[in-house]
Amino acid sequence: MSADEIKALYLRELHKIAPEVDLNEIDPAVDLREQIDLDSMDILNLAVAIHEATGVDIPEADYPQMTTVNGCIAYLGAR
Amino acid sequence: MADFLMPSLGADMEFGTVLQWLVKPGDAVKRGDIVAVVDTEKATIEVEIFQTGVVQKIVVPEGEKVPVGTLLAVLAVNGEAPAAAPPEAKPKPAAPPPPKAVAAPPPPPPVIAKPPAPKPAAPHRLHVSPLAMRIALDLKVDLATVTGTGPDGAITKADVERAAKAPKAPAPPVEVKPAAPTPAGAPAKPAIAPIDHHAAMRKVIAAAMARSKREIPHYYLGTQIDMSRAMAWLTAENLKRPVTERLLYSVLLIKAVALAIKEVPELNGFWIDGAFKRSEAVHVGVAISIRQGGLIAPAIHDVEKKSLSEIMVNLRDLVKRVRAGVLRSSEIADATITVTSLGEQGVETVFGVIYPPQVALVGFGKIVERPWASGGMVGARPVVMASLSGDHRASDGHRGGLFLAAVDRLLQEPEKL
Repeated sequence: MSADEIKALYLRELHKIAPEVDLNEIDPAVDLREQIDLDSMDILNLAVAIHEATGVDIPEADYPQMTTVNGCIAYLGAR
Repeated sequence: MADFLMPSLGADMEFGTVLQWLVKPGDAVKRGDIVAVVDTEKATIEVEIFQTGVVQKIVVPEGEKVPVGTLLAVLAVNGEAPAAAPPEAKPKPAAPPPPKAVAAPPPPPPVIAKPPAPKPAAPHRLHVSPLAMRIALDLKVDLATVTGTGPDGAITKADVERAAKAPKAPAPPVEVKPAAPTPAGAPAKPAIAPIDHHAAMRKVIAAAMARSKREIPHYYLGTQIDMSRAMAWLTAENLKRPVTERLLYSVLLIKAVALAIKEVPELNGFWIDGAFKRSEAVHVGVAISIRQGGLIAPAIHDVEKKSLSEIMVNLRDLVKRVRAGVLRSSEIADATITVTSLGEQGVETVFGVIYPPQVALVGFGKIVERPWASGGMVGARPVVMASLSGDHRASDGHRGGLFLAAVDRLLQEPEKL
């Protein structure tokens, strides 16, 4: 997957989890837990959704890398 | 014949609006079926029916707001021949006056636009009614592209449906709305003003919490719990599980509370009419925050009988539906004790306010690494502060202390939870 495809996937799944958030204003470098108040359940759901879309198994220890848009692009790009 | 009334979905609900009927006259229904969708101040609720029978008549049409206890529909129960149409006694309260066309306020004096605040600025939050949010999800409408026509520019169901029908145009760049409203040519108000859930929810929380502090003599206890065994077990367990079946540590806490409550049952139930009514079932209300503000504590039913995996499935489903704004009536109305975990916001201790008519609230803070002395040695351990807010009319601090000790003991054997 290209970086753009990963980003689009991530934002699409984020929109399902936090539909009230304006995706145009997301800073891809900032932790979403601080930026839009995501909690551990949201991060887990994001990991599940990305797993289901890509087949990549994301161990729990790697969840911290899923909390920014850029982090997820780097993580999935390397897998 | 049985009456189906507007249920009370929480201590402070006075009115509900029938948004949608999912049944029509002649339909057979059984206990537990979702028959209607009702909008309350706090959320959109799927209302379950408590009797089995055949719907004979729908009394309150969709879109009507009625007080709790109003006859919504009539059921013919068990073998009862559908009787002649019941008398047209329609206890219809006066319809709310149509929203007045309010003259636009005089324009505020022009202000010099302030430069944008320095980073980190939180992203702009859209103001969306829960129902609109759910519909947007169903219709795959990007809320960022929808123009809200509700109060304060809130996006309503109608706005979403309009956007869904509109031809797919490339999304226009989203403009950050100017702070000052445009006074001239203000958009016409829609015919039915949607509920402003945010403001309404604040009112409901205010009423419940004021009642709690007015009526309930709270006592507060707290104890630190060593979480090293629980967390080590959880990490190992999650390694074995696929991503879709992993557990969050809150599930261990919820289960431990439900088991501990069986040992101290005077914390589980309701204070009603000057007396404690104990509940045999343990329905744990889980406080779930709504990101735009406010919270709801819907119940996970019969927690003590469920496996950790089952509780996790329930919790996940609840969080999803709270945030989408759709809950079921049984979840809203019948929690017998509430658990709140504010740990994720970084606080270590919660001094909770009991949700009446419940008689106890259990709080968990953040899990932090702390020096911990054990067996004459000091080591670093993950530690959580568990607190209990108890209603002193129903229980005493001694018993509350036994409860927290039981929670601690149960968390030391996570594999048995």
